[in-house]
Amino acid sequence: MSDTIIGAVREPRRHDSGHKHVSGQAVYIDDLPEPVGLLHVYLGISTEAHARVTRIDLDPVRAAEGVALVLAAADIPGENDISPTHRHDEPVFATDLVEYAGQPIFAVAARTRDLARRAARLAIVEYEPLEPVLSVEAAKKTGKMVTEPLVLSRGDAAAALQQADRRLSGRMEIGGQDHFYLEGQIAMALPGEDDEVTVISSTQHPTEIQRMVAHVLGAPANAVTVEVRRMGGAFGGKETQGNLFAVVAAMVAKKTGRAAKARPDRDDDMIITGKRHDFLVDYDVGFDDDGRIDAVEMTFAARCGWSSDLSGPVTDRSLFHADNCYFYPNVRLTSEPLKTNTVSNTAFRGFGGPQGMLGGERLIEEIAFATGKDPLEIRKRNLYGGGDRSLTPYHQPVEDNIALEIIEQLEESSGYWRRREEIGAYNRESRVLKRGIALTPVKFGISFTATQYNQAGALVHVYTDGSIHLNHGGTEMGQGLYTKVAQVVAEEFQVDIDRVKITSTTTGKVPNTSATAASSGSDMNGMAAQAAARAIKERLIDFAAENWGVPREQILFLPGRVRVGNQEVAFSELTLKAYNARVQLSSTGFYKTPKIHWDRDTGRGRPFYYFAYGAACTEATVDVLSGEYRFDRVDILHDVGNSLNPALDMGQIEGGFVQGMGWLTMEELWWDEKGALRTHAPSTYKIPACGDRPRVFNVEILQNGQNREDTIYRSKAVGEPPLMLGISALHAISDAVASVADHRICPRLDPPATPERVLMTVERLRAASREGAS
Amino acid sequence: MRNEIRFLLGHEMRSLRSVDPTMTVLDYLRQDERLVGTKEGCNEGDCGACTVVLARLVDGGLRYEAVNACIQFVGTLDGCQLLTVEHLVGEDGSLHPVQQAMVDCHGSQCGFCTPGFVMSLFALTRHSETVPDDGVIDDVFAGNLCRCTGYAPIVRAAGQAYELKPRQDHIAAREAETIAALGRLADTETVAVGDGERRFFAPATADALAELFEANPEATIVAGSTDVGLWVTKEMRRLDTVIYLGRIAELARIEEGADGIEIGAGINYTEAMATLARHYPDMGEVIRRLGSVQIRNAGTIGGNVANGSPIGDSPPLLIAAGAMLHLRRGDARRSMPIEDFFLDYGKQDRAPGEFVEKIVVPYPAGGTRFRAYKIAKRFDQDISAVLAAFQLWLDGDEIKEARVAFGGMAATPKRAPAVEARLAGSPWNEDTVQAAMAALEQDFTPITDWRASADYRLRVSQNLLMRCYVETTDATQDTRLVGDRSLAHV
Ligand SMILES: Cc1cc2nc3c(=O)[nH]c(=O)nc-3n(C[C@@H](O)[C@@H](O)[C@H](O)COP(=O)(O)OP(=O)(O)OC[C@H]3O[C@@H](n4cnc5c(N)ncnc54)[C@H](O)[C@@H]3O)c2cc1C
Ligand code: FES
Ligand code: FES
Repeated sequence: MSDTIIGAVREPRRHDSGHKHVSGQAVYIDDLPEPVGLLHVYLGISTEAHARVTRIDLDPVRAAEGVALVLAAADIPGENDISPTHRHDEPVFATDLVEYAGQPIFAVAARTRDLARRAARLAIVEYEPLEPVLSVEAAKKTGKMVTEPLVLSRGDAAAALQQADRRLSGRMEIGGQDHFYLEGQIAMALPGEDDEVTVISSTQHPTEIQRMVAHVLGAPANAVTVEVRRMGGAFGGKETQGNLFAVVAAMVAKKTGRAAKARPDRDDDMIITGKRHDFLVDYDVGFDDDGRIDAVEMTFAARCGWSSDLSGPVTDRSLFHADNCYFYPNVRLTSEPLKTNTVSNTAFRGFGGPQGMLGGERLIEEIAFATGKDPLEIRKRNLYGGGDRSLTPYHQPVEDNIALEIIEQLEESSGYWRRREEIGAYNRESRVLKRGIALTPVKFGISFTATQYNQAGALVHVYTDGSIHLNHGGTEMGQGLYTKVAQVVAEEFQVDIDRVKITSTTTGKVPNTSATAASSGSDMNGMAAQAAARAIKERLIDFAAENWGVPREQILFLPGRVRVGNQEVAFSELTLKAYNARVQLSSTGFYKTPKIHWDRDTGRGRPFYYFAYGAACTEATVDVLSGEYRFDRVDILHDVGNSLNPALDMGQIEGGFVQGMGWLTMEELWWDEKGALRTHAPSTYKIPACGDRPRVFNVEILQNGQNREDTIYRSKAVGEPPLMLGISALHAISDAVASVADHRICPRLDPPATPERVLMTVERLRAASREGAS
Repeated sequence: MRNEIRFLLGHEMRSLRSVDPTMTVLDYLRQDERLVGTKEGCNEGDCGACTVVLARLVDGGLRYEAVNACIQFVGTLDGCQLLTVEHLVGEDGSLHPVQQAMVDCHGSQCGFCTPGFVMSLFALTRHSETVPDDGVIDDVFAGNLCRCTGYAPIVRAAGQAYELKPRQDHIAAREAETIAALGRLADTETVAVGDGERRFFAPATADALAELFEANPEATIVAGSTDVGLWVTKEMRRLDTVIYLGRIAELARIEEGADGIEIGAGINYTEAMATLARHYPDMGEVIRRLGSVQIRNAGTIGGNVANGSPIGDSPPLLIAAGAMLHLRRGDARRSMPIEDFFLDYGKQDRAPGEFVEKIVVPYPAGGTRFRAYKIAKRFDQDISAVLAAFQLWLDGDEIKEARVAFGGMAATPKRAPAVEARLAGSPWNEDTVQAAMAALEQDFTPITDWRASADYRLRVSQNLLMRCYVETTDATQDTRLVGDRSLAHV
């Protein structure tokens, strides 16, 4: 008998579907065999950003070849609304008003996808244009918000700003980001008897799809089953944005009695669905001559788009992270979730947190230039400390702070100061290429800020042959959640992981789940699965104790077997015997995150169970004639607590960094003056390619990491935090740019730092520096 | 005439008679063959999720090329072996070395991009016996986007794959059989399939092409399909008659002739690159960054020119080099300086039924300096915001003559007469450069779009003149972020 199991926790186990991914055997929804008679559904969308709809003639669509059904608002059996926060501001189909270019007006179902796609173009829709609000700045003027703003405050920021030795203010623009999951949105609906329907949906949130489908069909939730085995990427883009496609497919299926599949092409996907919010941040900071912050006031105005979607919690989270790792003695942070006539922005890895953190890091940069000190010094000087320097703007003390430890380790291992010197020397000689370096930390709060979402369920069956069936409410989007949870179950039962069958997430097995989001997937589902496994284990122990007449303490689960007193039985033997003795070998498990609470009205509480930390040091070279740049090196040190699976965690860190870097550099969303998004495919919207990753890419997981809190095997969440390591890439470019004005002027380089933005910043600095000199 | 398309799917023979002329290989695989391992991520050649490998018979051996299944038409498979991610798996179900390496190195997360990466990596193993350096690997994967992994583990997998003897696989073991099978398919018949109203032709000789096109001037010529494919998948244009050039060996040639480099209209970028780079290193460098391996394995310079886009990369290169364009209609031939071909936006000097036969690029004269710069948001696989190409004849410090051309700055690829005039006869020094930079404003009033603002286009174009100056006068200065940096100072 072996001494260890395969696939225990902490093992750098490969992704459970790895071998299927590489051989084309992993099945995504579009790969499923299509039931005979399946209809393909396509959406007809608004071409206007803001207009009254004066006429909709769908007859030409109905008359088109192969068309079986056309659906508009009037055909909806239940409610014409899929607002995830129940604000009733998100109709499935527009009726007399369209509020963004891309808003669905109708759907057409046809025999082939090609025919549906062609038919969708035949509608005659007439509009009476209204003035659209297309930018955050314009929205600020209207003051119209999609949901209530949040204020976080502590101390007296206004007074402290007045009294501060030094003070400066400014404005920062932060760009949005498309998710660019490789697998686009898709749902396939299969009609059932009576009011039943099964929807296979590429979603991070099956329960929400279930709720929305029920709502739109006017059916109870128990009539709707939603299933997902895997997504081809999601990143937050499938938390609510799958709703539309699922409800439309479900309606077609119920109305026609035929299976229906809705899959937009890439352009429609990008035009119709929401993205990361772009922000306009106004800041005012007071500090002393050493660069220590006294007071901060910041307003985070966000482009929320035409409906609220998740913009409330997203903009809240930007405030929760505006401090990053820094203590603000007096602070007032305000959110402005603004309404615009653009696509409704949504969840995206970090969920507003990254934008908040960028604002905080801009303050550091400003202070560094104002005081003539290295930004790293300013960072270290302002870190949360013990005692009276530990309270966040939301009055939760930072109790697990390891930011300084991480920064100092990375400072050393990356050779920050030595390289800073080398870079200075290089820049003095080099006319065209300039180098820059930056080390930025991350502190990210883990938990849903809406307390009720911090619950999870699992279902575990053990069969008589000792094989195990595992199900939980979490969804697999590539992050390796299924693998991690299976490791937990394998560990509990001490069986090899291949004895644990991982099964599709479905609302029929584990109900009322939360989105797989907020990095909480393995924290919560791991715990729920552990609870289920332990319940069965308890019963097995009870049974064995009775059967063999030994005390419970003498029953021990060893790899592949169980020691009972001084004999050993195979796990499969025990399960069979237990079955014969009529022991229940199936259990649900449930988990709710302890300790957290949040009162939004007072802006106080403990929204986060714990914090995850990390830091990155990036070096960039910038061409000051063209604004192009390249990342020569990054060194990352990231905290994942005591890792459940270091290989998967490493994947999240590397991937998160590059995604964050892409957001802040080349990824640019561009709307034309009419409000049409013109960057809606990979030909026009550029995410990082292989060659854009830093030339030297050193990633380390913090050794001996622990979670102070009692999380699953003391690990920490890793989905979102690494994205914000990418902030160092922006600051490295900024540092390189600053060299053209001898590091005397803060570049205020706003993301996305496209080559154009970089060149224009270089030119601005050069002009200012010439003026300053003359 | 042969009224069927014949190819190998893996090792199975396929012959198709009634096939839609613009059905893509991707739709064919996923819908007709139910080989769903090949994914659709964008349907425009940009994401690489649909990457498949074609093996072609060349000089008695096989040449393996990664291409985008989403923008290739089924008819273009004629005479090839088509390999997908499913075909790499051994008969006993064992993973191919490149697949195994991807698993071992955690190269997949969501897995949707993975089949494409696997196929690009497989193709690499056919071209390179040992693991190439990172720069080459970046090029190999430039046409494969991954949103999950940050690429690092995939690059590690490329290295790892080479440890597992990827070239000694079951595909190689059956190569002789494949060669024989493809040999049996090779003929010089014109292929003609379709349903009467909608037709796909693939002539095998230039004369057959000339005759066909003259008789069907409304037909759409398809060379690499990297533009035409998108008309179909993105714009849903209906093309009734398609004439494919890919089988015409005479056109798929690049030769160093007496008057210059003769680029046949059918030769793809990959094959044209080395010869051009030998004479004009920076042409090679621009082509290395043009599209991706998959695009360059299909796309042609002939198509890039014929398409007439103001943002095509090859026209400014060719204009600056003083190339001549050769057209043919039936038996009639004519030629012109290539800049004269681009009449206006969307309008070229090409008659119905007339096609591009070749482009002749003169060899650079002694004392010339040629520099070309591609500016985009991303280094790899991105359409240029600006493409600048300079050719200067220097006599000591004096510029005898200058040919300067830009893409992305006007409605057509265009020379910059004011800049050229300011340079010619002046000493090659910083004052001249400054003056030429100022003169550029007379030559162009660029537009603002999602790729760049008018301001940036103008500014960066001016600055590229400065870059050219620095590169040609000060060998101590680094000027290049990517590619072979030594090219800056050749
Ligand atoms: C993902 C992607 C990336 C790209 N990146 C770049 C880039 O970086 N830079 C760039 O410049 N371009 C880029 N392109 C476009 C480029 O690939 C095409 O312009 C290509 O060069 C066209 O050649 P082709 O052989 O594919 O032409 P096709 O698509 O087959 O044809 C293009 C046009 O030329 C006509 N045509 C073709 N050959 C002839 C002939 N012999 N005589 C007459 N007419 C002819 C066709 O009828 C059609 O009108 C990219 C395209 C894609 C899809
Ligand atoms: S599907 Fe994206 S390149 Fe073909
Ligand atoms: S693994 Fe998800 S896109 Fe590459």
